[in-house]
Amino acid sequence: MNEAVTEAVLETSGLTKRFSGFTAVDNVSLSVKAGSIHALIGPNGAGKTTCFNLLTKFLQPSAGKITYRGDDITHLKPADVARRGMVRSFQISAVFGHMTALENVRIALQRERGASFDFWRSDRRLQRFNDRARALLEDVGLGPFADTMAAELSYGRKRALEIATTLALDPPLLLLDEPTAGMTEQDVARIVDLIKRLRQGRTILMVEHNLSVVAGLSDRITVLTRGRVLAEGNYETVSRDPAVITAYLGSDHA
Amino acid sequence: MFGFSRAQLISLVILIAVVIAAPFFVYPIVAMQVMCYALFALGTNLLMGSVGLLSLGQAAYFGLGGYTAGYLVQSLGLTPEIGIVAGGLAGGLLGAVFGWLAIRRQDIYFAMITLALAQIVYFGAVQLTGFTGGENGIQGIPRSALFGLFPLANDHAIYALVAVVFLIGVVFVHRVIHSPFGQVVRAVRDNEPRMVSLGYRPASYKRIMFILAAVLAGIAGGLKAMVMGIQTLSDVGIATSGLVVLMVLLGGIGTIFGPIVGALIVIAMQYYLAPFGAWVIVIQGGIFVICVLVFRRGIVGELAYRLKSPL
Repeated sequence: MNEAVTEAVLETSGLTKRFSGFTAVDNVSLSVKAGSIHALIGPNGAGKTTCFNLLTKFLQPSAGKITYRGDDITHLKPADVARRGMVRSFQISAVFGHMTALENVRIALQRERGASFDFWRSDRRLQRFNDRARALLEDVGLGPFADTMAAELSYGRKRALEIATTLALDPPLLLLDEPTAGMTEQDVARIVDLIKRLRQGRTILMVEHNLSVVAGLSDRITVLTRGRVLAEGNYETVSRDPAVITAYLGSDHA
Repeated sequence: MFGFSRAQLISLVILIAVVIAAPFFVYPIVAMQVMCYALFALGTNLLMGSVGLLSLGQAAYFGLGGYTAGYLVQSLGLTPEIGIVAGGLAGGLLGAVFGWLAIRRQDIYFAMITLALAQIVYFGAVQLTGFTGGENGIQGIPRSALFGLFPLANDHAIYALVAVVFLIGVVFVHRVIHSPFGQVVRAVRDNEPRMVSLGYRPASYKRIMFILAAVLAGIAGGLKAMVMGIQTLSDVGIATSGLVVLMVLLGGIGTIFGPIVGALIVIAMQYYLAPFGAWVIVIQGGIFVICVLVFRRGIVGELAYRLKSPL
């Protein structure tokens, strides 16, 4: 591996979050390498999503430091983190239900291109983003659904739409919160394919429950239990770790 | 046309026809009062319908607009259009300050803060007698000539002015909702955390909407002061704040034409039920209860739902 690949994009040291007496994330130090797919796994209640919310600033850490591309982002606002190119998805599909799929993607294109504050202009002005938005929808297999209301899309398609919206920002660092949660087998396969294509030129940090997804995709896996890092390494190392097997993988891997 | 849907375009044509015909059938002062309150309600609906924020203090901007216009025209002898524009600016400035304070909170807390801030303005209006006339209000505001050229003393002349400002207000509100900005506000209402994750700062958009609502309230207040020739404490009081919310809910929250219909019904009731004295408020309350029970979407909202087309 060359230098550029091993450089850390996102790092945390001693990241801790306490909720009145309960420590959800306990002294977690992560290092996400540029260009890699890094997975955060662990049993329910391990603190994966809390960790995710801390990284994207939706929660303020009780202690610890987060650096993104060498800058301390510990005290930034969530919108500012997004503007720096670190964009997250949500565990519960986050689409704008009362808008069409095309409008969903367009909303992400609008801000950067300076078409979000003009209240005196017609919204026909937004049509110039249509080609780009359609291309993004096409990319995730939603081409025929451009004019469908997002609320009417199936669950798997909503997730795909959410990813298309996220990709509209072309983020160098993508954070996916359980991208395949609650999906059918076919949808999972489609999302896995999509993630494989997405990795070109970007770094991905994902929280995932589905081990087969993680096995096929991740360069590096961090296992969390009870808010602490239990093990870290590639799939082979982690899946053979006895502590991980007892804590997470359970009897079928024993 | 202009981004209006077919049903909206038909409604707009009907509205224009009604506005033109009204002074030949009803007392022009009542029709003008309806248009002033309708403009006020249109602004309030930007906040209630588009952003989803209930303000219980919109009278502060409406009243300030009226006082500003009244003071400039009566005491300084300026022309009406300056008074009305200044009323809008004063409303907008106050809205910028109060919006900055109130937007930090959500739901009921937002409503309570707007109410508290409006009460401060009310007591300010009682005390600052040099500007507001205190308990007496500003009496006998002259209907001087528009731009110093067109006399407004005749009811039909000032009616034309009110009608033009009102109709521009309707088109403006429609434009705001159907603008790139309006699209962002709709998305924030749909899913705020998601907008944050896309790098948006929702508070900025809410503040702009708050200011726009305050500007419309200020213009409406200024216009009303010109029409009535009088500006009183009741225009800045809590009852007026409640009245405009009632208009929006009755007509149909989140619709373009709902607040107009709401203003028409509420003002018509006040006027035609005046012989019943204090019972007007009881009747108003009764109608409001029925409205909430039977058609929650409001009159125009219910119609739009039946027609499956935004109105």
